[in-house]
Amino acid sequence: MKDEIKKVIEETGLPIVQDEKSGAAQWVDLRELRLSYVISVENIKPFYEGLKEGKLLGTKCKKCGRLFFPPQKDCPSCFDSDIEWVELKNEGTLETMTVVFVRPPSFSMYDPYPVAIAKLDDGPKILAWYKGDPQQAKPGMRVKVQVSKRKEGYLMYEIAPV
Amino acid sequence: MSENVAVIGVGHSKFGVRMDVNIPELCWESMKPAFETANLEPKDIDFFVVGNAGVWSSEAAVPALIAEYADLAPKGSMRVEAACASGSAAIRIGYTAIKSGIADIVLVLGVEKMRESPNPNVIELIGRFGSYFWEFENFGLTFPAYYALHGTAYMMKYGATEEDYARVAVKNHYYGAKNPYAQFQNEIDVETVMKSPYIAWPFKLFDCSPITDGSACVILASEEKVKELGIDEKIWILGQGAGTGSANMSRRESYTSLASATYAAEQAYKMAGIDIDDPTKYLDGANVHDCFTAPEIIAYEDLRFCKRGEGYKLIREEQTYIGGKIPVNIDGGLKAKGHPIGATGVSQAVEAYKQLLQKAEPGRQADINKGKWLTHNVGGTGHYTYVTIYGLEKR
Ligand SMILES: [Zn+2]
Repeated sequence: MKDEIKKVIEETGLPIVQDEKSGAAQWVDLRELRLSYVISVENIKPFYEGLKEGKLLGTKCKKCGRLFFPPQKDCPSCFDSDIEWVELKNEGTLETMTVVFVRPPSFSMYDPYPVAIAKLDDGPKILAWYKGDPQQAKPGMRVKVQVSKRKEGYLMYEIAPV
Repeated sequence: MSENVAVIGVGHSKFGVRMDVNIPELCWESMKPAFETANLEPKDIDFFVVGNAGVWSSEAAVPALIAEYADLAPKGSMRVEAACASGSAAIRIGYTAIKSGIADIVLVLGVEKMRESPNPNVIELIGRFGSYFWEFENFGLTFPAYYALHGTAYMMKYGATEEDYARVAVKNHYYGAKNPYAQFQNEIDVETVMKSPYIAWPFKLFDCSPITDGSACVILASEEKVKELGIDEKIWILGQGAGTGSANMSRRESYTSLASATYAAEQAYKMAGIDIDDPTKYLDGANVHDCFTAPEIIAYEDLRFCKRGEGYKLIREEQTYIGGKIPVNIDGGLKAKGHPIGATGVSQAVEAYKQLLQKAEPGRQADINKGKWLTHNVGGTGHYTYVTIYGLEKR
């Protein structure tokens, strides 16, 4: 419970405050919930092994050759799950970008970050942070994919100028 | 079975920061006028459906909440979610329920109370409406950022400028100022937009729709009921298309178009008997999903109001003001009217009713000669699009 609301309860016997702008009475909910999910990566473990080696891996259907990024373990074209892990071309062209100035609170430890989408030379597109001067970035320019360690200590792929 | 489905009643709450009401009170604010315009009571409703994305607000069982508040129990209901297109998804449920013959009168409510959470939490939660794992978790995309990726691609491909995007905001504020239900009722100029701080380049604060509380309600009825009740004031749903796009932006072909929107538009035009190559000839106006400025311009093109790459010229030449080629978002759009996620699609339907029946407020009534209005409502980053055509005459 925040100190402010604790004080209000002590003084008035209720968690009711006045909205600063409108003056309307607001009950301040005391049932705070912190959310953090546990997401299975069991079937895409090789992707993370690839990151450790600085590689970007996708999946490829052994039957029809369809390439998937983000990787998926099932091919809906063939109704088949016989896939192989392949290293994707780590170069391609920039398709579009933005710079995220107003960040979600869970990203407040990072400075404003550029985000780009690149089309890799073997077809798949990827979305990732752009490590480079966003002012110099233009669609069609050559970019590469690399792996770096985040401020939070874990490995992640990113897009950078060649 | 009912071949045709009509909108026979509409209601709209004041959009904005609504700290003065709770969720059921906000719902009733639009339900009451909807009942009154339809000349019906809660007991007349066969089925009701609520478009609501939730997560930022406390109550999840909104249908049950309004059943209790407004005497709708024990009639059947559900809540539907299609992100920012939840309202149109709710209309689709009502429309198909009546078409199938399973219901004769359906109440459709869209509602969102986003201000029950602080703004940073809302920014965090909306970013998660993309692909959570591959876009949000590691790259912290926000909603403006997803659409900024489209905005950049469009500028670079066709030579549109940030000023062109600003012109969309200027138009929508111009009309929002004339809409008493709008969150923002002030006119702005291009400079206001250009001087506002960047949110996600190339979008600045004034390129973005706000965080809004609001509700909107329509009552739908079968052709037989319209006859039986002797309803004079109504509009007909002439067609509705629905499309879905990939979860990840990286799985998309293009960033200057939304595939879900072009697909939905084709279906809707076909159902409504509108020539897909020249739809503006059939339409008196449209409401499109301007969650940001650039997507309004992209919508002009996805809906074929102009050729590819020429959307920015429409706004530059003021062709989407009243009197132009096709008036668009003359209720202020999401930009100035506000964007209470689940209410937006229903609010667009309310606007179609008001425009076609010439009940819009002074200064924002389009000329109604062709008797048809289009709404375009997009959920997520192009994940869901609903395009609906309303008309004065049934098919
Ligand atoms: Zn295959």
